[in-house]
Amino acid sequence: MKATPRWLHRMPWHLWPLLLIVAVLLTPIVSVLSSFFQGPAPSWPHLVDTVLWEYTLNSIYLVLGVGFGVLVLGVSSAWFVARYEFFGRRQFEWLLLLPLSMPAYIIAYTYTGILDFSGPVQSFIRKTFSVGYGDYYFPEIRSIGGAIVMMSLVLYPYVYLLARTSFKNQSQSLADAGKTLGLSPLQSFCRIALPIARPAIIAGTILALMETLADYGTVQYFGVNVFSTGIFRTWFGLDDALAARQLASVLLMMVFALLLLEKLARSKASYSLPSGSMSSKRRSLKPVYACVVSLCCGLLFLFGFLLPFTQLLYWSLFESTKGFDQEYWHLLSNSLKLAGITSLLTVLLALLLSYSQRLWPSKLFNGAVFTAGLGYAIPGTIIAVGVMAPFSWLDHSIHDFFEKHSEISTGLIFSGTLFILIFAYIVRFLAVALGNIKSGLLNIHQSIDDAAKSLGLTPWQSIVRIHLPLLRPSLISAALLVFVDTLKELPATLVLRPFNFNTLAVKSFELANDEQLANAAPSVITIVLIGLIPVILLNFYMQRSQN
Amino acid sequence: MLRSLISILLLGASCLTVASEVNIYSARNEQLIKPLLDQFTQETGIKVNLVTGKADALLSRLQSEGDLSPADLLITTDAGRLHRAKEAGVLQSIDSPVLEAKIPAHYQDTDNQWFGLSLRARPIFYNKETVKPEQLSTYEALAGSEFKGEICIRSSENIYNQSLVASMIAADGKESALDFAKGLVKNFAQPPKGGDRDQISAVANGVCDIAIANTYYFGGMTQSKNTAEKAATEKVAIFWPNQEGRGVHVNISGAGVIKTAKNKDNAIKLLEFLVNSDSQAWYANVNFEYPVVEGVKANETLLSWGTFKADTINLSRLGELNRQAVEIMDKAGWR
Repeated sequence: MKATPRWLHRMPWHLWPLLLIVAVLLTPIVSVLSSFFQGPAPSWPHLVDTVLWEYTLNSIYLVLGVGFGVLVLGVSSAWFVARYEFFGRRQFEWLLLLPLSMPAYIIAYTYTGILDFSGPVQSFIRKTFSVGYGDYYFPEIRSIGGAIVMMSLVLYPYVYLLARTSFKNQSQSLADAGKTLGLSPLQSFCRIALPIARPAIIAGTILALMETLADYGTVQYFGVNVFSTGIFRTWFGLDDALAARQLASVLLMMVFALLLLEKLARSKASYSLPSGSMSSKRRSLKPVYACVVSLCCGLLFLFGFLLPFTQLLYWSLFESTKGFDQEYWHLLSNSLKLAGITSLLTVLLALLLSYSQRLWPSKLFNGAVFTAGLGYAIPGTIIAVGVMAPFSWLDHSIHDFFEKHSEISTGLIFSGTLFILIFAYIVRFLAVALGNIKSGLLNIHQSIDDAAKSLGLTPWQSIVRIHLPLLRPSLISAALLVFVDTLKELPATLVLRPFNFNTLAVKSFELANDEQLANAAPSVITIVLIGLIPVILLNFYMQRSQN
Repeated sequence: MLRSLISILLLGASCLTVASEVNIYSARNEQLIKPLLDQFTQETGIKVNLVTGKADALLSRLQSEGDLSPADLLITTDAGRLHRAKEAGVLQSIDSPVLEAKIPAHYQDTDNQWFGLSLRARPIFYNKETVKPEQLSTYEALAGSEFKGEICIRSSENIYNQSLVASMIAADGKESALDFAKGLVKNFAQPPKGGDRDQISAVANGVCDIAIANTYYFGGMTQSKNTAEKAATEKVAIFWPNQEGRGVHVNISGAGVIKTAKNKDNAIKLLEFLVNSDSQAWYANVNFEYPVVEGVKANETLLSWGTFKADTINLSRLGELNRQAVEIMDKAGWR
């Protein structure tokens, strides 16, 4: 008898149904990656000769720039908010999360409206100093630098949120030990706090970078050619779907490299620490420093949220011909339902997957979950097309079966309903939930699991009675991020929604796409406002659990 | 037993398709089509179901749904995409004397698989203070060195630029289209960014002197509540190029009936409704597009821009040449 392969033998039976779910989630990603085995697409020589180099370099610049931006903004703000006392800290704690509700392409539109040559700032300069265009220097907002700034401003909260949780949970005894050893605050930050928070910080940064790579709206509006715009140009302009999928695979490879690097870096050390000790106390700052920190946080909030929000509000109130009419209630309820269902399902699934990974480590399963998380870096349209194929096949099979046996037409049960849309959202946003929950799980030391076991708790009991309460902040932040992401999601929604079904994001895109920014403002501002609700709830909950 | 149970269960689903309706996949934005569709429902009692999206994505959806697709009609905002839908085999030929009589031959498919419903002209815009209309003549002339640093145009990613270059390939061949693209890129005042409205604003604000853009964006700006945008339109005028030759480049927004349409008759009824004179006037009054049907009373704003001779190339050609156009623009470094 042939022996079963070792990896197969090792995988516990509980994992098989989960592996099946993951396999279904993987289909769009596999369909993208499988393009590699279909031979070179006809457009490759042309791409290599002309634009490929530009796509690659610009994508790398963008990733490096946004990576640097979100790290600096996210880590520094999280550090001060978590560890120091300064004027407005309690407010900044949640105010700094607000840019999260602002879609990147929208902030790009609003800043262009403000800083462009025909906008109020430059018009003012020209009027005051009576100079013409080109007579004075003004940074060009619609450039790769501008794109980096825009994305950093709305994506840093990913790092901020995760890093803040980690900084807060770090035990006071560590900080005290550092002090005893004569470390300065800066040394203590670099050598103790930062290494401990590294998994959280890296998880946040990678989410931000994946979103950067998948972004299409901002770079397209700014005329910056990167991989995501190149994919669509190749698909739609050159009519070469295969080359487009192969470009998307290259994009996936970049993300793969990023994730592997992170894994390699992390494997060197274990970060979970014995908990139970007191979490860190906040320290006070010298008045001068406190002022500087307050000011910096204020500026971050101003540029990441307040300024674009004010511009949107101005457009909504004074320049839009669209009001908050009955249609809005409809759009609102559609958006809320979709985001609610998606965030619930995604978090449940992510919890199930990351728990199984913890309880029954298996290389095959880990690899599958890891790959399923790549969906976050793929532009929504590619995911949409990727999920269509398998569900359309399923629908056709069901249809044929029933037609044979009952002469009844079942139609498109999956691919013609909201089912496929929610599925696409899960594929796209699973990584967000996984990132949060995994970094939460890492903070629960293995010794707790062992203690639970020795006390005779079954795995199920230890989940409900020990892990879930400890994980609650991570679960909530996962749900929040997925909720807001779904609310903002556009490309997949656009392609996959059923007849007569619109969301706020779709509405605002349609108007913005028609170059009617002011009319789009009421929908956009609604997205932002709804996005605020979970942000505020989350913060309320976190503060209560601290007190 | 099992069979009857299934029948009962699925009765609901099949009931949905009994009512008189027509299902549309539209690349035209909702606000630019819904009012007309509502009017259609009011007049005929036929319910209209709508999904909007990007043309290529909707085409992918149609292909993937295959013969189960609920869609009856595909609406796009350019001929190239309709041509692509035809090539993909998702459209069918239809026989309608009304459409045949009203729509000029070059604005419909040679096999009657798609029909143009409104016209979008893409002329030259210039700053009235710095440019005299005598200095302008054709699109091709804009590639000349005398216009160095004076031209604004959006990214080559935009389908209307792709179609414009495709029309040049059709008229004068690949080589001269490439020469044009290279010359134009040398004359750019700034790297392409933003939409057509941005190019027109740039001309008004002295970033450049000349832009190529679609007229309906200009029309929209004249009605804008944004004072800066409205003021910009007063500094800018339209020049109709190539009047001695093939005429101004135009594209269409149009539609085709889906091969597997379950409501084919309703879809044809809707197409015929969209070319009646009221609907045709609506396109002009609401979105400043030109009617595709001749003899429709033109909108005042459109009349104020003057009349023009339009390129009469069959728009299917633009779809066929689209890929070559993109390759040329890539080679020329037109971002």
